[in-house]
Amino acid sequence: MNSAIRSGTFVLACSAVAAIVFVGAWTAGNDYVFFAGYTVLQFVVLATAWNILGGYTGYVNFGTAAFFALGAYSTVFFHKFYPMPVPVLVIIGAVVSGLVGLGMGYLTLRLRGAFFAIATLALAVVLQTLVVNWNYVGGARGAYVIRPAAVEGLSLPYIQYLFLIMLALAATAIVTARIVERSKLGFGFAAIRDDELAAEASGVPTLKLKLIATTLSGALMGMAGAPFPYYIGYLQPSSAFALEYAVNSIAMPMIGGTTSWVGPLLGALLLGTLQQITTVTISSAVNLLIVGLLLVGFVIIAPNGLIGLWQRLFRKQ
Amino acid sequence: MSYDLLLNAVMAGLLLGGFYAAVTIGISISFGILDIVNIAHPAFIILGSYIAYIVNAQFGLDPIAASIIALPVFYALGAAIYQVYYLSFEKRGQDPLRGLAFFFGILFITEVTLVLTFGVDYRYVQAGYIEQSWHIGIIDLPLRMLVPCLMSLIMLVALQLFLTRTFTGRAIMAVAQDQLALQLMAADPIRIKRIAFAISIATAALAGAFLIIIQPVEPSIGRDYIGRVFAICVLGGLGSLPGTLIGAVLLGIVESFTATFYGPSWGPAVSFGLLLLTLALRPVGLLGR
Repeated sequence: MNSAIRSGTFVLACSAVAAIVFVGAWTAGNDYVFFAGYTVLQFVVLATAWNILGGYTGYVNFGTAAFFALGAYSTVFFHKFYPMPVPVLVIIGAVVSGLVGLGMGYLTLRLRGAFFAIATLALAVVLQTLVVNWNYVGGARGAYVIRPAAVEGLSLPYIQYLFLIMLALAATAIVTARIVERSKLGFGFAAIRDDELAAEASGVPTLKLKLIATTLSGALMGMAGAPFPYYIGYLQPSSAFALEYAVNSIAMPMIGGTTSWVGPLLGALLLGTLQQITTVTISSAVNLLIVGLLLVGFVIIAPNGLIGLWQRLFRKQ
Repeated sequence: MSYDLLLNAVMAGLLLGGFYAAVTIGISISFGILDIVNIAHPAFIILGSYIAYIVNAQFGLDPIAASIIALPVFYALGAAIYQVYYLSFEKRGQDPLRGLAFFFGILFITEVTLVLTFGVDYRYVQAGYIEQSWHIGIIDLPLRMLVPCLMSLIMLVALQLFLTRTFTGRAIMAVAQDQLALQLMAADPIRIKRIAFAISIATAALAGAFLIIIQPVEPSIGRDYIGRVFAICVLGGLGSLPGTLIGAVLLGIVESFTATFYGPSWGPAVSFGLLLLTLALRPVGLLGR
């Protein structure tokens, strides 16, 4: 009961922060803030989603791009097949990616961790090949998704509307991660991460928990991908399946710290903002190099991320 | 389906498989024997291709000769990477998650550095035999496929002899199974692992030269090989070199058939699909222990 109240307070706090962020972006009076902010928030969702499986459960997923692209391409499909409002598409994206996450888990989670990681990489390539050969969603040429100028019934420019959706998704992802972290589910995940065999022996239903983790993580990634075609306007396989989603969603939690929901949020905000700045000021290739160097640097020097550094600094005193 | 088309598809698959064995052999050593999930291996292969390209373009040297000159450099690079990996992850007993992230980062850094240095244009090498082809009856044997295939078989046999006939080689085979026993034989497990990992990276220099002889190379094609090498490695049974060759030839033939009868755009899905199938149905591989 007590924890339920705390969760309620946390949801309120998250909504309040989200409202402040939106009003803040709005007062800046520049659409670029929304464009850049959308990307950073998208990384908050992806990093938090990755961390539910990678950080809590200890299974590395290299296929973030695959789940993200599934969400994006389900939107492209329905945009042609039967247009629907973006929030509905977000739910569809979540269902599609969540189901694929579940299937992926069934196929590989009985194996050692490394195989799961490789299989996720494989999944990304298999899906990309399928999309490239599927003409209905544009094939290798890509697909145009024309963004409406404004939303019906809302007096908002479309980019602000998309920003708002992504903001809500980021809040959803963080609240989900926090609830998981503090529930019995989260303790089960941590048991799997620390010693799967011991967890299994003490009666933790490891396979079931791992399947929940892959489904949840996949669904959140799919949600992040669903509004993407409207944001970018022209979706081609190489941009939806870009490796930078995979490397970013791993680097951000690793840099922030993988044990709690704060880590991915912190990492995504820092790294996402840094990337927006370097993309504008230097070049996008250099910004990817920076991500790679930070990732390697952090796993070697500060294996528990910024949170670990913080704790080490303040607990010693 | 015409008879000579079929025969040529089989032949092309065999040649491709020989080359794939060279690409995979490094992973068979690092992942199969040492249990180090070096997903950056394909990036080192591309690095090898670019070194062969530079030497070939500057001095007109044969790409394979160039890569043999580069072997010590790659060996040293491999030893250095293992040292970092050992100190940061194996020694501290860190969970394998961070080791994986480490190699993923290295893969990315190598690829982006190559893009920043050479751009995304396709590069190729020049050598007398690349455009020649032998014809035996109805079978075509393009030398750009045959030469890498034969060289890779030589490499495979040499490594297999090294691993089974020399003390160091046998120590490498033993290191994953019983480190204590190895220490009792007066061999330092860390040194043995370092040598083995360095050899695995050195094979990437040669495999890279083979790759750029077979096809033009640009930095991101390494990613296609991540699936292939792990598919072959898993298919052949981890850490077995004969298994690696069988897995490689099998994948080569399947890919060659797909390309001949369905079109090359389905190529990447074949290896990864095969990998997913193997993982789901028979994770110990064909020659698994």
